[in-house]
Order: sequence, then structure tokens, then C-alpha cells
Amino acid sequence: MPHDHPSHDDPHALLPSDPALRVKALETLLTKKGLIDPAALDEIIDTYENKIGPRNGARVVARAWSNPAFRDALLKDATAVVADLGFYGRQGEHMMAVENTDKVHNMVVCTLCSCYPWPLLGIPPGWYKSDAYRARVVREPRKVLADFGVILPEETAVRVWDSTAEMRYLVIPQRPAGTEGMDEEALMALVSRDSMIGTGLAGAS
Amino acid sequence: MSRLHDMGGRFGDGPVVPEPEDVIFHADWHPRAMALTVATGAVGAFNLDMSRHARESLSPKDYMRFSYYEKWLGGLANVLTQVGVVTREELAGTVDPTPSPLAERKLNADRVAGVLAKGGPVDRPSDVAPVFAAGDLVVARRFADNADVSGGHTRLPSYAAGARGRILRLHGTHVFPDSNAHGGGEAPEPLYAVVFAAAELWAHPEHPHDEVVVDMWQSYLTAAT
Repeated sequence: MPHDHPSHDDPHALLPSDPALRVKALETLLTKKGLIDPAALDEIIDTYENKIGPRNGARVVARAWSNPAFRDALLKDATAVVADLGFYGRQGEHMMAVENTDKVHNMVVCTLCSCYPWPLLGIPPGWYKSDAYRARVVREPRKVLADFGVILPEETAVRVWDSTAEMRYLVIPQRPAGTEGMDEEALMALVSRDSMIGTGLAGAS
Repeated sequence: MSRLHDMGGRFGDGPVVPEPEDVIFHADWHPRAMALTVATGAVGAFNLDMSRHARESLSPKDYMRFSYYEKWLGGLANVLTQVGVVTREELAGTVDPTPSPLAERKLNADRVAGVLAKGGPVDRPSDVAPVFAAGDLVVARRFADNADVSGGHTRLPSYAAGARGRILRLHGTHVFPDSNAHGGGEAPEPLYAVVFAAAELWAHPEHPHDEVVVDMWQSYLTAAT
């Protein structure tokens, strides 16, 4: 049986140990080798700081709440539906929407790394990438929800989706009571990022 | 036979700390590390599965002491060396860098929007026919290790290894990371959402009706008897 390469004496240890210097050294090296355009890095950063973030997902949720045909199509083939809204892209190539009900509360994690639907929610928050979330949410989702101030009714089951493949999951939170007649923009304001990961409820803050 | 990244179910990590939506990065160098990794990946010198495997193959000592984006940088330096795109001497700064033959594939700023919007779908036609259907009972492979390469890449988490579940859905046929991370080609095969009762995975489940869904490739699964 072949064995994997040994991990001691790793090449990365040849770079400066301070992370800020480390990233600079690697960027300089790759620029000199012609593999990196520093202006492209600025563009990528601008994209995820200013253009792509959780408001994209909030629009999808608000529309699903207000338009039953859109909701049905989203639950059937989320990839195609969000692509129509212009929300297809890197780390969102295979989307699935999962809907919270009185019976089931959905939560999303990537226990093995940090897979997350970037085109709909942007860069994952620090806690999503943390060891604590990755380790705990599959085993004790209700205690993790308590860390977010969320307590579910006893009759609600939790279904945790571990993103072990390239499928990316968007939680459709329950529409808060008393929001009948609100338009899509107003509904969007009720949809937090956390509610679309399953660690929050819509309209909670 | 596990690695530290395979931490689902682990005890002792303490609270999860929520943060506001407008916090995207936590240090000035974080966005640069993210963008550097994305831009370098776009050159195509290594695939996504090799990149993930490089991060999870950091030594346990490094994996624990590194922050999130330090793992990205460590993995990036390692995988670039592994595929021969940079040399150890270049990383150490003891020689002048040699221009790369891959430079013509460099991601220029004007291509960024298009490349990010295009993404990298991994569904592929496959000769492997699905053998399971929604509702079928299955058992996950007992060992969360690569079937062909000892200590190699796999996306089967330890907590679900050997567990009995039910097919929820066939996602399609997708690139098989256990092969693609090790030069074995994309080897696409059926990918399923498999649902496990919490009581099947944990000695002390929080609630009798809780479940965990894990995406699993067909070769991770056998029919339950």
C-alpha cells in the first residue's frame, strides 16, 4: 500500500514565522515567478468585502417566503434558481436549500474544514471556522444553539448537515409571525446570516 | 488513524462565540492570505482536493497552533512545493525565483470577476451507476481513511465511520476526492446525502429525533443487512 508523504520538515517552515510576513513573502515570491497579479488579489478582496455577502442569501430567503412558486423551485433545484438571481459562483456550484419547519430545524457545518456557500453568504464567520463549532455542532447542536441564545421547542428535531462534499447548503429559516404584507426588501432585513446557517432565527435581532 | 482536522464530535472545545455580520476578517493579513490562495488556485497547478489535503496534512503541532489562515498559507506553501511549482530554496529566499512556465495562466485582475462567477463545478458524467435509492439503509465504511493511500485524503468523517444510515437523496455523480487528491484522476461516482440518527453516532444524543446528514460517495457505503 502506498503511504502518504511525511509531514515533518514541511516546506512552509522555510517562510518567516510571523503570519503577516509569511503572507507577504509568499506573495512576493509568487509575483516574481509570474503566478500572481497583486492587483487581482485586491480585486478578490474587494469582491468578498464589498460585493458578495449574506444579503444575497437574504434576498433568496425573502423571495422564498413571499413567492410559493419560487420556494418550490428553490427546494427542487437551488443551484438553477440562485443562478438566475446571479448568485452562482466559486464555492456555490452545487446548492441545496433546506427549509425549517415546526418539526425540523436545520443547521449547517463543515466538520472537516470550512465549506460554506460563498456566493450566497460570503466569507464564513470566524465561529463557523472554529474548532468549537466544527467539533460540537454535530454532537450537541442544542448546546451550540444556546451559545447563540436560541432555544428550540422540545418537539422540534435538529438536522445538522455536514458539508463533506461540494454540496453547499442554505437554510431557509421560518418566516416570523406578523410579517404578512411585508415586501421583499423589508423581509430581507429580518434574515440574518446566522439564520441561514441555522444558528439563529429570522427576525430575532 | 485520524488527523486533527477530523474533529466532529470531539469533546472539550468550549463555547462557540457569535460575531456580528460585518466582521469579515480579523487581521490585516487575513484578506491577503485568502486572496493569495484563491488566485494561486486559479492557476491550476493543483486541484481543490490536493489543496484540502495539504491543509489537513499539516503536522498535528502546526495544525493546532496555526490560526485559520495560517493553515491556508502552510498548506499553500506545501502543495506548491509538492507539485514542483516552487522550490524549497525559493521559499527560503536563498535563490532568485525562476519564472514559472505556468505564468501564462496567471489570474489577472480583469479576469477575477469572471473566474469567481464561473466557479469550479465537480459534477461529471460517470460510468458508475447508482446502486442506492432514497430510503435504502446503508452502512458507512468502518475506517475513516483513504482506501488506497494510507493516511491519504478522505471526506468520510470518523464519527460516521461504521455507522448505519439511510439514503436521503442522490446528489448526482461527483469527482471523488479520495482519488483526485492523489493523482488518481477525478474518478466521478454517485454522491448521496446519508442521514444518521444522532443515537447511531453518539453515546449521549441530545434528543431522540435529532439527525446528522453527511454527504458520502458510493464507495464509502455498503447495503445494510
